[in-house]
Formats: sequence, C-alpha cells, structure tokens
Amino acid sequence: MIRQHLAILQVMLPMLCAPLCVFARRPVIAWLIATAATLFALAGSFILFAQALNAGVISYHLGGWAPPWGIEFRLDAANSFVLIIVSLVGAVCMIYGRDSIPREIKSSDQPLFYTMMMLCFSGMLGVTSTGDAFNLFVFLEIFSLSSYVLVAMGAGSDRRALTAAFTYLLLGTIGATFFVIGLGFIYVLTGTLNMADIAVRIAGMSGSGTLHVGFAFIIVGIGLKLAIFPLHLWLPNAYTHAPSVVTALLAGTSTKVALYALLRMLYTVFSPDLPFEALILHYLFLPLGLTAVFVASIIALFQSDVKRLLAWSSIAQSGYFLLGVSFANIGGLTATLVHMFNHAIMKSSLFLAVGCVVYRTGSCSVASFRGLGQKMPWTMSAFVIGGLSMIGVPATVGFVSKWYLVLAALERGWWPVAFAIVAGSLLALFYFGRVIEAAYLQPSPENSAVTEAPVSMLAPLWALTISCLALGINSELTVSTARAAAEALLAPHAGLPAHMGP
Amino acid sequence: MVNAFTSSIGHFNYWASVLLMTSGIYIVLSRGNLIKKIIGLNLFQVSVFMLFISMGKVTGGTAPILTGRHEIFSNPLPHVLILTAIVVGVATTAIGLALVVRIKYAYGTIEEDEILALDLAREQMDARAQ
Repeated sequence: MIRQHLAILQVMLPMLCAPLCVFARRPVIAWLIATAATLFALAGSFILFAQALNAGVISYHLGGWAPPWGIEFRLDAANSFVLIIVSLVGAVCMIYGRDSIPREIKSSDQPLFYTMMMLCFSGMLGVTSTGDAFNLFVFLEIFSLSSYVLVAMGAGSDRRALTAAFTYLLLGTIGATFFVIGLGFIYVLTGTLNMADIAVRIAGMSGSGTLHVGFAFIIVGIGLKLAIFPLHLWLPNAYTHAPSVVTALLAGTSTKVALYALLRMLYTVFSPDLPFEALILHYLFLPLGLTAVFVASIIALFQSDVKRLLAWSSIAQSGYFLLGVSFANIGGLTATLVHMFNHAIMKSSLFLAVGCVVYRTGSCSVASFRGLGQKMPWTMSAFVIGGLSMIGVPATVGFVSKWYLVLAALERGWWPVAFAIVAGSLLALFYFGRVIEAAYLQPSPENSAVTEAPVSMLAPLWALTISCLALGINSELTVSTARAAAEALLAPHAGLPAHMGP
Repeated sequence: MVNAFTSSIGHFNYWASVLLMTSGIYIVLSRGNLIKKIIGLNLFQVSVFMLFISMGKVTGGTAPILTGRHEIFSNPLPHVLILTAIVVGVATTAIGLALVVRIKYAYGTIEEDEILALDLAREQMDARAQ
C-alpha cells in the first residue's frame, strides 16, 4: 500500500508536516517533525530510485485519472536521481539545523521557519516528481514562495536579507510567469500539458513560430530560477544574507531542481534534434556557459565575504552545467548530471562549514577566518576538502565532474572548450586559496576564544565531506547512475501507454 | 480591408494582454518604489491570466455545461489553470507586501535608491571598522 503510493507520499508528507510544525509551538518538536519527514523522503527516494531502475518508469496517476487527462507523477532514472540529491541535502541540512538555527532565528519564529522548510522541501520534491508541465509550475511556486520567506528569515541578523528576498521575489515571479506564458503557447499548439504527451505531439512541428516563442519563454523562465549567467542578479545577495542552513539547502537543491526542469524541457519535452534548439544550445548556451565560468570566478576573487564568494562560485558552476547541456550528446548530459550531484554535495558542505564559522565567530568575512585552521580544525579541514573538490583535485568528486565534462568536450572535438574548463578550475584555486590562506597562515586575532563547532553540526558536515571523498575515489556509482539518468532523459517515449504513443 | 479589421479586433484580447505584460514588466524595472514594483508585477501576472482565458475561448461556444441544448463549448481547462495561477499570484503579492512592511520598519523607507544608499553607508562603516 505504502510502496504503491510512495511517489505521491514523499511529496505530500512534508507538505502535511508543514501545518503540524506551526502547531508544534516548541522549536524542538517542530525540528523533530521536520527531520522525520525529510528522513522519510530520503528513504522513499532511494526505494523509488531502485524501483525506477528496475521498472524503467513509475507512473502514478493522481486521483486515479489516467494521463494525459489527469496529473501524472512520472519517475524515471533521471528524476528519481534528482529526488535523491534533494532529499539527501535536505536531510543533512535539517539535522545540522538543530544547533545552527537557534543561533540565527529567534525561538518564537522557529516553528514557522520549519514550516517554510517543509513547504520548500515538498515543493522541490514535487517539481522533480511531476510529469505534468502545469503541475511543475505550481510546485515551482510552492518552493519559490517558501524560499523567499526563508531568505527573509535572515533579517534577524542583517536587514539586508529583506531586500535580498524582495529582489529574489520579483525576479523569481517574473521567471515563473514567463514559464507559464511559454506553457500557454505550447498548450495552444498541442492541447495537452503532460510532458511526455507534449513531446510526442510537437515532434513534427519544428517550423511553428508558436513553438519557438513558447520554447523561448520557458527557457528564460527556468533560467531565472536557475540563475543562468545573465539572469543571476538575485543570487549573490539571497545566498549571502539567508540563514546558514537555508543557504546550504538552496545552494544544494534549488538550483539543481531548476536545472532538472531545464534538462527535462530541453531533452524530453523538446529535443536537441529540433533545429532551433540545436542552434540555441550551440550559439547561446555554450558562450553563456563559458562567460559564466570566467566572469563569475573573477568576481568571486574580489569578495570579502565568504558566503558571497561561494555564491559567485555557484554562478560559475552553473556555467559548467550550461557547457554540459550545450554539448547535446549523451556524454555532456551525463557530465551535467554527475556534476549536479557532486556540486550539490560539495557546495552544501562548504556552506555548512561556513555555517559552523558563523556559529562560533558570528561573521563570515574572510577576515574572521584568520587562524581558524588551529581553532576549528574539523570545520576548516572539511572546508579545505570542499574547496579542493570545487577546484577539481583528483580523489574528490569535483575531479570526477570536470573529467567527464572535459571528455564530453573532446568527444565533440571542442578542445578549446576543454581547455577553458581546466582554466576555469584554476580560477577556483585562487579564490579558495585566499580563504584557506587566511585560515591556516594568518594568526588569529588577539584574545579570541573561538572553539570547535558542536558535534551535532560537525557530523552532518563530515557526512557530506566523506561522501565527497568516497564518491571521488570510487566514481563508478554516480557515473553509472548519471548515465542511466541521461538515457532516461533522452527517451521521452519510453513506457508510454498505447493511447499516448507516437 | 474588412478582413484585416475583423482579425485585428478578433485579436483584441491578445493585444491587450501584450500591452499589460510589457507595461507590467516596465513598471517593475523602472520604478523605485517597492509598492509600485508589486503593482507592476501584478499587472504582469494578470496579463498572463487574460492570455490564457482568451486561448480557451471557442468562437460561438458557451460554458461547458451539458444541458443538451448547445453543441459548441469553450475549453474549460485554461480557466482551471488560471484559477490556480491566481492563487499563486495572490500568495506572491501577500509575501511581497509583507516584505515591504518589514523593509519599511527596518529601513524607514520603501524607495529603492534610499535603501541602496543606506546599505552602502553601512558597508563603508563596516569596512572602516575592520
């Protein structure tokens, strides 16, 4: 019974826990409810992933209405893989939050904070699971609206969180509305909202202007949520001023979910075989990806706030995603998916490490990292491993992603792009080098009484750090999974019922 | 001539929604007052509602209620979708306005340039303190 309805349960359970958290009143109880829900979703997503690999596609019909008329949750190797990313990072952040959240949010607000966390989490799982394009918009807005509030929760320590959240709200809403406009055009053309069904119906319409307009609106809309390079303006402030846990959660999951939505649109609903999409991938995504890698990395070099530095690094990393997407071959798509998983792990672990520093020093400027190598050895060594991984040093997950990206570039014969990927990593060396230099080579300020962060925060941090190393040494698991996911994305017609087939 | 006239009138809803859409976006980008930005955002969203509803209209069709007296019906699905989108829009506006209230308390102003100036002054003070 539970197994049969697991696809919907793991989205609904966190959503139902949201009002429970409001009524909990005591922060600890709200935390327990939220953590239990995320752990349930984590277990559920592993089971769903195993089922999806076995069965090919899990199709769950909401309310028993058969697709394409009813809403369908459609899980294949690709989105169940993303489910694992989201619920893994979510669970780690929740466990970490027990000690970190009371430091940054006042206790009367904490149950409401967990409510928003649950809504955000369930929205992200929903975006990932659904097979219906309009339902995707609804879940996208559930998770976006709650993340605006989560970012604004940072106002307890810095009022700039409010303006950051406001900008995020404006741009996020414009993005979501663009997505709906695009969807309207696609609906006019095809008369359906089921993504697999749309894919079947637009196969022969590549010359239609309506299709081009719809495609453009959808890609720009998702691009705003994903913070693709010129659409990234909301991201640095939102990441900098949000509470530590929120930043770690958003950095690890929200852009990944938006990236998944982009991949689903580009590869399943539309197809790289459509002539206009091939042009966009080649002449828009490739240059934008390269620009993002270099411009954002160079801006990161000049940041004095470590959270902001990491936020710019996230924008640079989204450049790598775009590069992987623009290769439009199975190698590039595999590299993107591997990097999606790896980046979620390493960026979350970096933000959690910064959270530990904020917990002890109350600041996240590069200056406040001085001498922390001795004072907070566990936190800083996790930060160093995360940093090395972002640079792409062998034996870390970052190396695996860069390796497959370079391979995919060479497969297309684009060796200058492969060279640029390596050069971009070199820039990461400089901006992480600045923080690590401050932590290990500069003396700590006089009479600072900073000590190591509590174990309850170090344990989740190190869980991510160890998986960062383990999956970097034994990359077989993530790479084979990502390849299966890439194949699922490129096979939109797999497992369709007869009445919806091409 | 008559044809061109009727077809442009026939697309009146689309022209109107394009006009609202562009003016909405323009207000969001050009106005410094946060409340005006929210109004622009609302205009932008409403234009999309109009776009969808217009798409669902079938010429000569009535409301899709099966009475046996009519044979052509408008498509009800866009209405249902927009009902959901309206809820999303209301929630967005509510959060936006709540943020504006908090910004007013925290900064004492809701003009974007004044907020930026206050933030800049604060950053310079922090930099000097270090």
